[in-house]
Amino acid sequence: MKKIFIILLLLPAAIVLKAQIAIKAEMIYTVSGAAISNGVVLVKNGKIENIGTGLTIPAGYKIYETKILTPGFVDARSLVGISGALNIPTDQDQLEKSGPIQPDLRAIDAYNPEETLVKVIRDYGVTTIHTGHGIGALVSGQTMIAKTKEGTVETVTIQPLSMLAMTIGPSVSGNFTSPGTKAKQIAMIRTELLKAQAYLKKQSDKDSSKRPAADLKLDMLVKLLKGEIKALITANSSVDMMSAIRLAKEFNFKLVLNGAAEAYRLIPEIKTANAEIILHATMARNGGDMVNMTMESAAILTKAGIAVSIETGFEGYVPKTRILLFEAAQAMVFGLGFDDALKAITLNPARLLGIGDKVGSIEIGKDADLVFFNGDPFEYLSKVCGVMIDGVIVKEGCQ
Amino acid sequence: MIKRLLLVYSLLYTGLVNAQDKPIAFTGALIYPIAGPPVQGGVLVVLKGKIVSVGAAGSKIPAGAEVIDATGKVIMPGMVDSHSHLGGPQGGDASAALNPDARAMDAVNPTSDGFKKALAGGITTINVMPGSGHLMSGQTIYIKMREGKIIEDLLIVNEKGLYGGLKMANGTNPMRSTPGAFPGTRAKSAAMVRELFIKAQEYKKKIDKAGKDESKMPERDLRMESLVEVLNGKRVVHFHTHKANDVLTAIRLSQEFGFKPVLHHVSEGWKVAKEIAAAGLASSIITIDAPGGKMEAMNVSLNTGAALEKAGAAVGFHTDDGITDSRFFIRSAALMVRVGMSRAKALEGLTLAGAKMLDLGTRLGSLEKDKDADFIILSGDPFSIYTRVEQTWVEGIKRWDISKPADKAFLTGGYDVYSPIRGEFHHHVDDEQ
Repeated sequence: MKKIFIILLLLPAAIVLKAQIAIKAEMIYTVSGAAISNGVVLVKNGKIENIGTGLTIPAGYKIYETKILTPGFVDARSLVGISGALNIPTDQDQLEKSGPIQPDLRAIDAYNPEETLVKVIRDYGVTTIHTGHGIGALVSGQTMIAKTKEGTVETVTIQPLSMLAMTIGPSVSGNFTSPGTKAKQIAMIRTELLKAQAYLKKQSDKDSSKRPAADLKLDMLVKLLKGEIKALITANSSVDMMSAIRLAKEFNFKLVLNGAAEAYRLIPEIKTANAEIILHATMARNGGDMVNMTMESAAILTKAGIAVSIETGFEGYVPKTRILLFEAAQAMVFGLGFDDALKAITLNPARLLGIGDKVGSIEIGKDADLVFFNGDPFEYLSKVCGVMIDGVIVKEGCQ
Repeated sequence: MIKRLLLVYSLLYTGLVNAQDKPIAFTGALIYPIAGPPVQGGVLVVLKGKIVSVGAAGSKIPAGAEVIDATGKVIMPGMVDSHSHLGGPQGGDASAALNPDARAMDAVNPTSDGFKKALAGGITTINVMPGSGHLMSGQTIYIKMREGKIIEDLLIVNEKGLYGGLKMANGTNPMRSTPGAFPGTRAKSAAMVRELFIKAQEYKKKIDKAGKDESKMPERDLRMESLVEVLNGKRVVHFHTHKANDVLTAIRLSQEFGFKPVLHHVSEGWKVAKEIAAAGLASSIITIDAPGGKMEAMNVSLNTGAALEKAGAAVGFHTDDGITDSRFFIRSAALMVRVGMSRAKALEGLTLAGAKMLDLGTRLGSLEKDKDADFIILSGDPFSIYTRVEQTWVEGIKRWDISKPADKAFLTGGYDVYSPIRGEFHHHVDDEQ
């Protein structure tokens, strides 16, 4: 009897989750394939059930209509949920300053799904974020991937551990008394990775008594050495980016270059290193080690055959986050073009994050994460008129 | 005081260096004169740095004029950024919270490459202000994006005979947690400002009483002189204020001492639009994409433009560069049109409304006969992201042209385009400590 009661209680929630929805759109940008005009997307059980023109909408499907439909946006690198909007010490959890190397810090222990800015970016179409520890430490901690829907960390997280957030550049020396120079930064990272190599070796000792005690920090670095996670290294000047590439080669880890303001100067080097790129926001401020940034970076790299994912990145003041849609829009008009701009905030980051089978395009079987627009998504005067995450409408009304 | 002004005048830009002696006629463009309705296929004629005429399609072109075919383009006035920190005005002096004597003029680098951002963004006139970390951080300067070597080359004298205003701020930026020269609370902030203005009123009385009798004039006092200009309605106060209650405090202070400030930022302007309109004050808005970064900006809204317009208050825009980038100035207005501001008022906000805030409305901000020939040529609708500012003209001189790679580089950025030692990025965060 008790059991039945519980099931009944859960029923209404289950109905919401499993709502069947049909979205008629004048234009569907699938990203993975050609755009479809006057098409329909069917959504069932939180997934995309079918897409096409002339589909019969089954009975019982709630029908929505929109001018333009795109996949939900994937922010390749954000600090939303960890670096709060208030910008007061108690809502800034992105950078632990007790030491410059802290790979053991988990993003899930800090992420706040109720943070104001989560809703702000969701309302502008971001449905998935790669967020977590910040810039400004050699190893600031771990990153995670979450949906921007409401819930607890447990219910919104897609990947509790995504990458290891690292920084090479002047911000590190600004935050810590040591390292004070570029060379010391690299020496300290190398020392730590050598320790991890030794630790890894000892772990496979035949004599179990000689195996080292578990070490949270080294365990994470071992994951990096084994290729289980990627290093997300924020570096902007070509000198610092080359240091990152050199490290990745020496220790044979998977490298994602973040920020990458001068990536356009290192195209052959990036290709040789197989480094992936999460590019700074197009309208980022061109100060400090970003002084040589160009708004044409996304276009230049894409034309060179390097897949570009655009980030909103970290903002230390006003505004506390950038809007991914707006940053991609500028990249578009600075030579990237519509299709690649859309890809840079959907399928490219989804693939880079290893979730390309779940999100990033409108394909059968993928999560029903969708954004409704009343016109060209990138145009100043168009509005976002709806957002869906996992088949649930999380925003209605135009803005 | 008159003597002092003359001294500066003698150094001011005369326009002779770049005199444009031959008329230029731009034909075929959709012209937004701002002062009147748009002119389809209109003719704009400029000569010697001034506008000769804005005529309908087919208007007569003066003999000997160079004719530039701008068919398919849009021409509008050069934009006025009523609040910027380009050129390195510095944040204000840490010795005191009230520095009405400190002049941005004595700090700004007239050859700053930051001004290239303004040109690339279609901005021709800027109010360069010291920072917001002080109740009064100092005197601002109104400058034109001319080519110049010394700051006097760039200054513009306004209708009141001045080339700048006075920057004031309330709310959290001027507050410090340690008591001393700076206030620790909002009430103390207001009290300190009132105290100084009362002194200025006394000083002004002495001057008025002395009349033309030099012997009875009070001793010169740089701080008082600046505030007397405010009390006399000559020097405009540019008042940084975010939250609704702080906006109302700014209004209260201005009414007590009888000056008419321009309200800057007004993040919560949408909450007190009626009160701002009732006070007859103009607002210069910053468009911020998302809320937060400090508590005062939690309720920032793109709706402020529409709310103020609806209430009947004057609205302009600013970049606050480096908070937002001058190259995206036009976008500031576009995003407010997105949520309901009228296109006409938004265009006016980028141009004439800003000019009026600097008491320069009779000289620039619209395309009218005898006004400065400051205008921009755009590839299309100003409020489309696909539109580019293609040329920026200042007083009849083409100062920026997207077709020239060296000019375009200032729009896109890139290797060695901008100096790494500019040192002018204005750190509001530092002010807040």
